[in-house]
Amino acid sequence: MSATAASEPVLEIEGLRVAFRARRSAVTALRDVGVALGAGRTLALVGESGSGKSVTSLSVMGLLPRNGAVEAGRILYRRRDGTRVDLARLDETRFRAIRGREIAMIFQEPMSSLNPLFTVGDQIGEMLLLHTDLDARARRRRVIEMLELVEIPAAASRMNAYPHELSGGMRQRVMIALALVCEPALLIADEPTTALDVTIQAQILDLMRRLQRELRMAILFITHDMGVVAEMADDVAVMYAGAVVEAAPVATLFARPSHPYTRGLLATIPRPGRPRGERLVPIPGSVPALSAMPPGCAFAPRCPIAVEACREPVALAPLEGDHRVACHLAHAHETVAAHG
Amino acid sequence: MTSYLVRRIVGMVVVILLVLTIAFVIVRLAPGDPAALMLGPEATPQDAVELRARLGLDRPILVQYLTFAGNALRGDLGTSIFFNRPVTEVLAGRAEPTIFLALMSLAIALVIATPIGIWAAYRRGSWLDQGAISTAMLAASVPSFWTGLMLQRWLATELGWFPAAGYGGPDADFLERMRHLILPAIVLGIVNSALILRFTRASMLDILGEDYIRTARSKGMPERRVVLRHALKNAAIPIITIVGLTFALLVSGAVVTERVFNIPGLGNLVVSAVLRRDYPVIQGTLIVVASLYVLINLLTDLLYLVVDKRVRY
Repeated sequence: MSATAASEPVLEIEGLRVAFRARRSAVTALRDVGVALGAGRTLALVGESGSGKSVTSLSVMGLLPRNGAVEAGRILYRRRDGTRVDLARLDETRFRAIRGREIAMIFQEPMSSLNPLFTVGDQIGEMLLLHTDLDARARRRRVIEMLELVEIPAAASRMNAYPHELSGGMRQRVMIALALVCEPALLIADEPTTALDVTIQAQILDLMRRLQRELRMAILFITHDMGVVAEMADDVAVMYAGAVVEAAPVATLFARPSHPYTRGLLATIPRPGRPRGERLVPIPGSVPALSAMPPGCAFAPRCPIAVEACREPVALAPLEGDHRVACHLAHAHETVAAHG
Repeated sequence: MTSYLVRRIVGMVVVILLVLTIAFVIVRLAPGDPAALMLGPEATPQDAVELRARLGLDRPILVQYLTFAGNALRGDLGTSIFFNRPVTEVLAGRAEPTIFLALMSLAIALVIATPIGIWAAYRRGSWLDQGAISTAMLAASVPSFWTGLMLQRWLATELGWFPAAGYGGPDADFLERMRHLILPAIVLGIVNSALILRFTRASMLDILGEDYIRTARSKGMPERRVVLRHALKNAAIPIITIVGLTFALLVSGAVVTERVFNIPGLGNLVVSAVLRRDYPVIQGTLIVVASLYVLINLLTDLLYLVVDKRVRY
């Protein structure tokens, strides 16, 4: 993390705990999540499904499902005017002025995330209607401008198209135009390319990077794809079973993955440099159910190197500089290295 | 689109022809001789034969059918045996109360059902949701004649707010006639609101879980706008369908309610016609009601086009 980003993060999540009420019980979906995202930077939240990355993003948006609630922790967001607000405790009316205008979100499914009964121009223009004083003509001009910015050809006529008349890639471009039309300071992208073809995926990632530079916005990028992480992120937080298990600048994480789960994730990506015939290593087992968390390290039951100490709870702790990891063994090695 | 309309209209004609045939057959299968019934017990067999000849009832059945069908398609539904006037005229005279009763009760049903249905879906599982569903079940299961009698007693007899029955005599002006329809319209409105409420709730529940509703929320709009603009329009198609069907049923005559409130509408007419063996009137009512039914169905389908641009015919 650069010095400026560290000193004035746009988003700082501290000790976030989120729980969902079920019929009779409650399950904790996020346990003590803490991450920070500097202005103009990209933080990737990585993990398998069920690791809590989407819940984290929905908490930031204040869009948790009705049965979910923030139980502890803070989500500090620095507004455009420099004031800081805790999104976890912001009332709905004030939140609405931030949501969409300052913090916008792109969702995973371009096919179902746009309303089928309104034209794309209408849906993008609605953002301006909600958050600006622009009149109908000015809104129209701005919508066309945005569609051109996301490289949709024939923007002026495409704005009258309905979502079903566009391809998946085009729809995701529309979603991006919609999210960025108010020039948000923070964009949350929840697996924005997962549902797309690889070639389209590359185009969309390029587009997002270019717009990020032009609009100087921070991106919270949620993905399970380490390849996408390498391409997009400045910093990475690896999540497992509702907690951050390792966080580091992207280069550090790829060079020295210190949590066995992170190493496992990296081992699952095929890479051209590897010798032919080398086997990809899957991580055995599956994420424990949120209602049946092991008492100690949540990864211990699947961990190839777990020892007795792993039955004790473990917290995220600094390893070296910005590199933090939640693993007894990683810290033990460090201690051994420092003293030996 | 044009070919779709042509196909639909051809389909409608086929349906109407079928109804025509069925109406003709059913009426002739029913026991009882209309001539004997009309003339009463004093008449001689000779009188009956003469009357049957005058009505064309002595001709071969096929000839009767072809004459009937041919005339019907030209808009001539024959002459009422009882009223001794053209059936079209008799029906036209009875259509006004039924149509306005249908419109009024549908409006009442919609005013009750849609807001409660939307609210129940939005607050699913809450006491309001459960209360609304139970009340709707109750309203749908209580027979309309009972509701009718109770409301008559309470709002008409005791409070005197509305006329208890009838259609305001021959000189009553339009407003006076409509005033007579309020009470029966409330009865039918309550009964029909139950179904519309359940459809609205179910449809809204589906839509509120869609991804694009989450997108709408992420734009930072008030919940009212999320529900009424983004969700309701998507939930509209099943609601339109059920409203269309309800309207068609209401137009075909709310027999029981018209009876209870003694309204001279189509429902009342058809019951009397059956009792009097007034074949042409029975047939005519069946044909007109069936035609209205298919017409309303077509209009409902065309309305989908307006709401949802993905619908293509």
